[in-house]
Amino acid sequence: MEESTTPVQITVPPNEGMVKDWASDQKAFKGVPWGKAMMWIFLVSDTFVFSIFLISYMTVRFSAKSEWPNPSEVFGLHIGDYNVPLLLIAIMTFILITSSGTMALAVKYGYEKNRKMCAILMLATAIFGASFVGMQAFEWTKLIMEGVRPWANPFGAPQFGSIFFMVTGFHGTHVTIGVIFLFIMARKAWRGDFDTGRRGFFTSQKSHYEAVEIMGLYWHFVDLVWVFIFAFFYLW
Amino acid sequence: MAADSYEDIAVDKGEVIPALEVPPQDLYHAKSFWTRWIFCQDAKIIGIQYSITAISIGLVALVLSWLMRLQLGFPQLVPFLGAAEYYQFVTMHGMIMVIYLLTALFLGGFGNYLIPLMVGARDMVFPYVNMVSYWVYLLAVLVLVASFFVPGGPTGAGWTLYPPQAITSGTPGGDGLGIVLMLISLSIFVVGFTMGGLNYVITVLQARTRGMTLMRLPLTVWGIFTATVLALFAFPALIVSCIMMTLDNLLGTSFFMPALVEFGEQSEYSGGSPILFQHLFWFFGHPEVYIVALPAFGIVSDLISIHARKNIFGYRMMVWAIVIIGALSFIVWAHHMYVAGMNPWFGYFFATTTLIIAVPTALKVYNWVITLWKANINLTIPMLFALAFIVTFVNGGITGLFLGNVIVDVPLSDTYFVVAHFHMVMGIAPVLVVFGAIYHWFPLITGRFLHEGMGKIHFWISFLGSYAIYFPMHYLGFVGVPRRYFEMYDSEYMAVSTNYLNQFITIVALIVGFTQILFLYNIITSAKFGKKAGKNPWKACSLEWRTPEVPAGHGNFGKELPVVYRWAYDFNVPGAKEDFIPQDIAPDQIPEAKAEAT
Repeated sequence: MEESTTPVQITVPPNEGMVKDWASDQKAFKGVPWGKAMMWIFLVSDTFVFSIFLISYMTVRFSAKSEWPNPSEVFGLHIGDYNVPLLLIAIMTFILITSSGTMALAVKYGYEKNRKMCAILMLATAIFGASFVGMQAFEWTKLIMEGVRPWANPFGAPQFGSIFFMVTGFHGTHVTIGVIFLFIMARKAWRGDFDTGRRGFFTSQKSHYEAVEIMGLYWHFVDLVWVFIFAFFYLW
Repeated sequence: MAADSYEDIAVDKGEVIPALEVPPQDLYHAKSFWTRWIFCQDAKIIGIQYSITAISIGLVALVLSWLMRLQLGFPQLVPFLGAAEYYQFVTMHGMIMVIYLLTALFLGGFGNYLIPLMVGARDMVFPYVNMVSYWVYLLAVLVLVASFFVPGGPTGAGWTLYPPQAITSGTPGGDGLGIVLMLISLSIFVVGFTMGGLNYVITVLQARTRGMTLMRLPLTVWGIFTATVLALFAFPALIVSCIMMTLDNLLGTSFFMPALVEFGEQSEYSGGSPILFQHLFWFFGHPEVYIVALPAFGIVSDLISIHARKNIFGYRMMVWAIVIIGALSFIVWAHHMYVAGMNPWFGYFFATTTLIIAVPTALKVYNWVITLWKANINLTIPMLFALAFIVTFVNGGITGLFLGNVIVDVPLSDTYFVVAHFHMVMGIAPVLVVFGAIYHWFPLITGRFLHEGMGKIHFWISFLGSYAIYFPMHYLGFVGVPRRYFEMYDSEYMAVSTNYLNQFITIVALIVGFTQILFLYNIITSAKFGKKAGKNPWKACSLEWRTPEVPAGHGNFGKELPVVYRWAYDFNVPGAKEDFIPQDIAPDQIPEAKAEAT
């Protein structure tokens, strides 16, 4: 295919209101790059996944025949003589929400073309995320040592263990994938790929700093999902 | 059609060419045989790969249906076929046809080939992800095929996979690998589809060419686009329920499994909710019906308009009907569960929403018929299939009104009436469109026509044959023949005539089935020896025929992407020399045409 020779003037037309933008040609969402639009629609789809997990959790909690365990006892930590309810989970939630802050800053520095700050902040986000997953592994280990299994647990309804491991596991997988991509993106930002337009290893496409924002969208979504999981599993 | 109501769709004066908002796409230029034909990032090749895979696995399902029909009509001919095999064939036939054939063919096949060409893009927006999508789909198909060869065979739980029976040991494949491979294959399919689906949606929304507004898209694109959105929001329910059932099966969790006694022994399960699975499954399953139907609606609109040389009646209405049907399809799922033991008020709600869907659907049927009214109908093979679709769809749709009412559904539930209904409405009708679309776009893909004589034979046998198969099934359902029965034995309440009808249906089904071999033969020979078609043999207006060379090369269009000035349905415009004006012809090139008068 021959490339076009006429000079291309890419303009982002002014926002003329949703109806006019939708009814216009070329782009339904004006000024939104392809990758960002794709991530948004993927996130809506993923919202359905997590909503269905949570709805299933509610249904199973009603249909279970034995008593549902008391979360503040099960998820408590013993410190000295005290049983502190929800201590670990409070730390985990705090860390994850902090990581959202560092991610947002990384996006800001990315658009300012400050590649070092962008990379450092993404690295920090990745480390926060990794420590979240680590603490989740600790919590899993503790529960498993206490005899909680996917098919049974000593505290009551067997579904407690099954749905807990499944949903936190699924969320943890999302965080892990996010962490891996954050490390990759941090490396790319540090190396200056977003400035030089170096091509991706697999896709052979150039990427720009908007990739950082797309990464951020995913990361904030994973955080938001955690807030719901936290509320439904630990506070209910 | 009043000019003022359509002015922004039908034509613009061409005085202002909008500025380019979409940056030129950075395409991957394949250098070797492998990256050009096998691991290919060109949506056209990916579409063909999808189509070939889907049709191949569909042939397996076709052969399974022959075996099932033989068992129902002439059990003495297939003594090797036991009850377990019969249920396995029912299950695999349904699952393959609905998901691995129709969904993959319409969205993966037609979607990939047509969307970039029709919206005026060089390729899908993420060609690499698009390529991965196909290979993940192929993996899903291979896992599915593998389940035929594991000990115990594939699952025989019915395509709905209802627990608890799907994972208990009495069901074929229930205690072995059969059901596990099925669930894993479905999960892989969803992952692969999501990658492709995001591509289709973003290409339609964000990568159209200049002048191509949403309200100038051909209806084919609207149908595939809306179906893809449905799929992106409905498949999550499928993947989640697959994950949960896999855990129930492998880890012994009790999400869906209540306490039950199996072969005299109390199982380990307790406290799960089988109804939950049904809700999740049908939250996916009902939109799935429209994932199959909406692309068919869109494609058939284009076929009718092009081959009747007349603009589609009520374009805007057609678009909104597609969108409304898509939205409504998410709130009707429990009409599949009237006899599942739901609260009756719940059934009342779902009956109402179900019947409301008939409104936009009927609107579409009227618009197709009015498009044909006083049109210059060319009875080409695509047109024949389109006409056949309309009658078949009306037929299946009307029986849907019966089954949508709780009180009528209860006696008809689980009879052959249901089998007839869904085969008419989401089996035969979309497949007729698939055939029509293949006859229509074959010249676009290969540059040659399919053989017309063979096509006519294929059409008449398939069309009349499918009526001969499914009409009698309505009667069978009314007299109470239950579906999914391996053998009817000498049930006293069943008339003897039902046996003869079953034999008749079997014979016709085999004839129709073998006719498809003629169709395949036609495709293979015509691709090489068929009549040369030229650049725009059907004289269509949409952009896929306006590429510099047909079939389109890498990057689809030439140096410049086309600029669109009008909708895709400018047929028989008064004053114009030819009876069609392609979308990229500017008004000042044909000053004599009075587009606003159509």
